[in-house]
Amino acid sequence: MRIELEKRARVSTLFSLLSPLLALVLTLVFGAIMFWLLGKSPLNALYVYFVEPLLEIWSLHELAIKAAPLILIAVGLSVCYRSNNWNIGAEGQFTIGAITGSILPVLYPEWHSPMILPLMLVMGMAGGALYAGIPALLKTRFNTNEILTSLMLVYIAGLFLDWLVRGPWRDPQGYNFPQTKSFQIEAVLPEILSSGRAHWAFVFAIAAAVALWFMMRFMLKGFEVSVLGQSERAGRFAGFSARRMVWFSMLLSGALAGLAGISEVSGSIGHVQPVISPGYGFTAIIVAFLGRLNPLGIIASGLVLALTYLGGEAAQLSIGISDKVSRVFQGLLLFFVLSCDTLIHYRIRLVFARTKPAEVTG
Amino acid sequence: MFEAILLTVITASTPLVIAALGELVAERAGVLNLGVEGMMIMGAVCAFAAAQLSGSPYIGILAGIVGGGLFSLLFGFLTLTLVANQVATGLALTILGLGLSGQLGEAFVGLPGIKLQPIVIPLLSDIPFFGRVLFSQDLIFYLSVALVVGINWFLFRSRRGLKIRAIGDNHASAHALGINVIGARYLAVMFGGACAGLAGAQLSLVYTPQWVENMSAGRGWIALALVVFASWRPWRVLAGGYLFGAVGIGQLHAQILAQNLGIVIPSQFLSALPYAATIVVLIIISHNRRTTLINTPASLGKPFVPDR
Repeated sequence: MRIELEKRARVSTLFSLLSPLLALVLTLVFGAIMFWLLGKSPLNALYVYFVEPLLEIWSLHELAIKAAPLILIAVGLSVCYRSNNWNIGAEGQFTIGAITGSILPVLYPEWHSPMILPLMLVMGMAGGALYAGIPALLKTRFNTNEILTSLMLVYIAGLFLDWLVRGPWRDPQGYNFPQTKSFQIEAVLPEILSSGRAHWAFVFAIAAAVALWFMMRFMLKGFEVSVLGQSERAGRFAGFSARRMVWFSMLLSGALAGLAGISEVSGSIGHVQPVISPGYGFTAIIVAFLGRLNPLGIIASGLVLALTYLGGEAAQLSIGISDKVSRVFQGLLLFFVLSCDTLIHYRIRLVFARTKPAEVTG
Repeated sequence: MFEAILLTVITASTPLVIAALGELVAERAGVLNLGVEGMMIMGAVCAFAAAQLSGSPYIGILAGIVGGGLFSLLFGFLTLTLVANQVATGLALTILGLGLSGQLGEAFVGLPGIKLQPIVIPLLSDIPFFGRVLFSQDLIFYLSVALVVGINWFLFRSRRGLKIRAIGDNHASAHALGINVIGARYLAVMFGGACAGLAGAQLSLVYTPQWVENMSAGRGWIALALVVFASWRPWRVLAGGYLFGAVGIGQLHAQILAQNLGIVIPSQFLSALPYAATIVVLIIISHNRRTTLINTPASLGKPFVPDR
């Protein structure tokens, strides 16, 4: 048996919508099999994983908290990937954004002013953007592969954060815990509703997604992104600069990752500590692809991936499945998304017999 | 002292060399597999588990190779049969590998490992200094050297190697010449996976004989950088691998040295050195756009659908 691909005359709209759903269904089926192999009741496990977190108010708030950084980072990455710039170091930009954003509350804990929070957010965005600017500079100036440099910077950012909170930023009254003082109340991102913990990061995420959707759909810049991503040569004829696009997409995604970082630290954690992210920067790559690199699609896919984090925690508590299952789920999901996307551009044919070459006549 | 340092450098460099060699073959065939980190960690967990269950580190090595090779098939199926984006699929392989290995290895956390014992080659190992360093090593080190020689011969001296390079430089022409592009790429990807798996086995059987989650710690990515550094040539992979390994070990010794001298260098800064060095090396090697273009396989990362 052989699998043959046949290019569709035009992109299939049906499969553009269907492929992410198909991928989800396949992931669930595989998940059920995996739970069965682990000796758990598959239906019960899937229920605990994917339905239970949606039934209570507090867990919906948690969902918004987890989805916010994923969506923020992923919409930025979608612009990068659409323009063919492979920033995979969002985790590092998230970390640096969290650090630069926290400078004010850590160094000036006595400063009680309404100015502090907006300044923190701006500094977080600036930090993330600057950090993403390193691979951008290296790519434009030295022709260096941005995939490898942005990833290496993730490790460096993580070590830098570790040094900060164990060294200069450690709270002397913190019973030797490697963490900073808790932020003053003015430096904490407020909750949206009084019913739960979800804070303003979720609003930022939705706003960023809508704004970028508008840009990609209706503005020249969005067109520039798609043209340069599909063909740099065609873009040059249109007068677009690939070099400037590297800067634009990297700085934009870095700034959004930085905003996600400072929002997470300020809104969800309340201080800086050695580990501030359960891999949001990498999971956001999956979010971006599951949302088919469309900012509105990313809102939906961000919620789905947030659910895998929540479900993982719930499943660990109630049925004793390790939370590592979540990572497996996320990886599987990305695989299925990528394979289902083939259906958009190609017809897939299973060929069972070896086709005979056409006989040459005459 | 110097001998001991040299031995640790060899142990640290071997997995980088092996993983980079496998990736080199895949990239020479035009396939960019960013999943090295994932295949490596899968190899590490398979090797550790098999060694524990069978009691033999050699079974472990075999399991690492097979585990990495099979895992890479997933990448091959997606990118070669379903022509999915190679960059994204490689990332998926890494994410899945890190997750799956954590899950599989959960039962083995904290168990004492089974260390692969060195094989002392008689006579040669009696040579002062070099004999001890080079000829009383474990099997995986010998394999790494054999792989460098073998792959260099295969790529540049054999007919099949020529075909592989032709496919990597222009898959459409290779296809027109009647070469089975997809088939050869499957084999190249699987070879890359097997090598990454072997490198992973070295980590969990030799370098630190135990299972720790995420124990590959970015070595798969460094191996990817190493291929660029080596401009797709096996001998340079060997040289580069030892350079990277030496930086990694050097920072450990620098930490001890600094401590003894009473200089305070935060350990995190030194731990960041290998990653920073990778970036610096990438800058040096790729700043000349023209030589990079000449060395890079021209079809690298591009999708291929045979026309019928």
